[in-house]
Amino acid sequence: MQQSKKQIYDSTKRKHPAIEELLALFQYKDLIMQLTRRNIITRYKRSALGIAWTMLNPLGTMIVMSVVFSRVFNRTEAYPVYLLSALLGWQFFSQTTSGCMNSMLWGSGLFQRSYLPKAGFVVSTVFSGIINLLFSLVPLFLIMAIIHVPFRLSLIALPLVILILAGFTLGIGLLLSSYVVIFPDLSEMYPVLLTAWMYMTPIMFPEDIYLDILGGWILKLNPLYHILRLFRMVIYDGVFPTSDQWLIATAISVITIFIGWMVFTKQADQYGYRV
Amino acid sequence: MAQSTSNLNLAIRLHNVGVEYDMPTDRINTIKEYSIRLMQGKIKRKKFWALKNVDLEISQGEIFGILGRNGAGKSTLLKVISRVLIPTEGDVWICGVVHPLLQLGAGFHPELTGRENIFLNGTILGHTKKEIEEKFDEIVDFSEIADFIESPLRTYSSGMKARLGFSVATAWMPDILVVDEVLGVGDAAFQQKCSERMLYFREHGSTIILVSHSPNTITNLCERAIWLDHGNIVARGNASEVSAQYNTATMGKRL
Repeated sequence: MQQSKKQIYDSTKRKHPAIEELLALFQYKDLIMQLTRRNIITRYKRSALGIAWTMLNPLGTMIVMSVVFSRVFNRTEAYPVYLLSALLGWQFFSQTTSGCMNSMLWGSGLFQRSYLPKAGFVVSTVFSGIINLLFSLVPLFLIMAIIHVPFRLSLIALPLVILILAGFTLGIGLLLSSYVVIFPDLSEMYPVLLTAWMYMTPIMFPEDIYLDILGGWILKLNPLYHILRLFRMVIYDGVFPTSDQWLIATAISVITIFIGWMVFTKQADQYGYRV
Repeated sequence: MAQSTSNLNLAIRLHNVGVEYDMPTDRINTIKEYSIRLMQGKIKRKKFWALKNVDLEISQGEIFGILGRNGAGKSTLLKVISRVLIPTEGDVWICGVVHPLLQLGAGFHPELTGRENIFLNGTILGHTKKEIEEKFDEIVDFSEIADFIESPLRTYSSGMKARLGFSVATAWMPDILVVDEVLGVGDAAFQQKCSERMLYFREHGSTIILVSHSPNTITNLCERAIWLDHGNIVARGNASEVSAQYNTATMGKRL
């Protein structure tokens, strides 16, 4: 009777690592919940302001940047909202992808001792990132109300836009995490890449100044541009993206997850040999 | 069908398992170093078999010993059994969940409370939230930290942390318990506690795999054993006979 309860592992009946890891993730869903909880709790526990910090942090950045850039870009209407609509998405992306690598490094101490679905460390980081992003929308809406930027119907598309960005972030997080176990210094080099990437993406600067660089290819080839512009459209411009724009962003997101998942599960199979 | 009947009382079966490491001769841990060496053409790779042609069957409920010197492949074999390492060749069949005995506090977080850490550590061991809720009071009682359960772990003494880690790790009866004595840590009292737990699990049906480089330990605790040398099984069978062979061989080398 006990025999039937025990789970059987048979290497001759192994599925493809990409499928096996996915099934294991569902089996360990409570672990993902606990890791997500841990990420949220530990981020705020020691700060006196607690969860309010997520909201004050972008607010502070926004105030500094608005004061500095509002005069430079005085052509841009309601610059604080122009900035913040894309900046929140960017901050989610940069913090979450870095966080994925740290979570993976922390987890490597565990999965060198017993079996765990390694992707759980990446997935839980993306989950906690989404929760932080939702909190940071509160100050954005507050600023919109204060400087009289209208709340338009297009805002109902925001959850879908967040989902597309989260997918892209998961894909990149998986790719980075695949290699950070082998090369831990990847997590130190990554911020340099992030800084460059941020300046290549229209977040602080008006979009039209990028159009002259390399004939606009700097934008066309930048996957984050195609996703972050959706944020700006539904929040700042108050318009729904066209079907082409949805399609490009969704395709980028889905393809990145797919590549990230295949690379990650292939690499994760070999971690045992890397100790 | 015939195969499933023959597996009925087995906990672990390895068939022709081999693990081949293919690694740079020097440890290269940074991208910088890797790129420099790559340009200089200085990455020399070394291939070697840490395990070769390992066939092994371990029955449910037995204490099985793995004997061998440092570098004989004992830890690699444990990794294969724990599914941490997927062998280069051969088949692995395991019935039940494999737990290492000493996972003390590897998944603890100093900022979380004792309660939160119990849930985090429990899910790392593969249990569901519901299973942890059922065992929660028992874990708290056994670790004797009831008054501090809502305090962050950083306020705990090292003894309290060790007790909590041990209580979580041993709250559930493992199907297969893996004990690497070579890595054994802790004071005498703690090791005593570990031994007691091991015997308790054994009485209640857990399969135990004990890794050691001491023939005495293997003879005292195990029924059957293997002797690993250079990744091959050189002797197998009754624990005291295998230990005797091991003793004779190592004595011979010393003389």
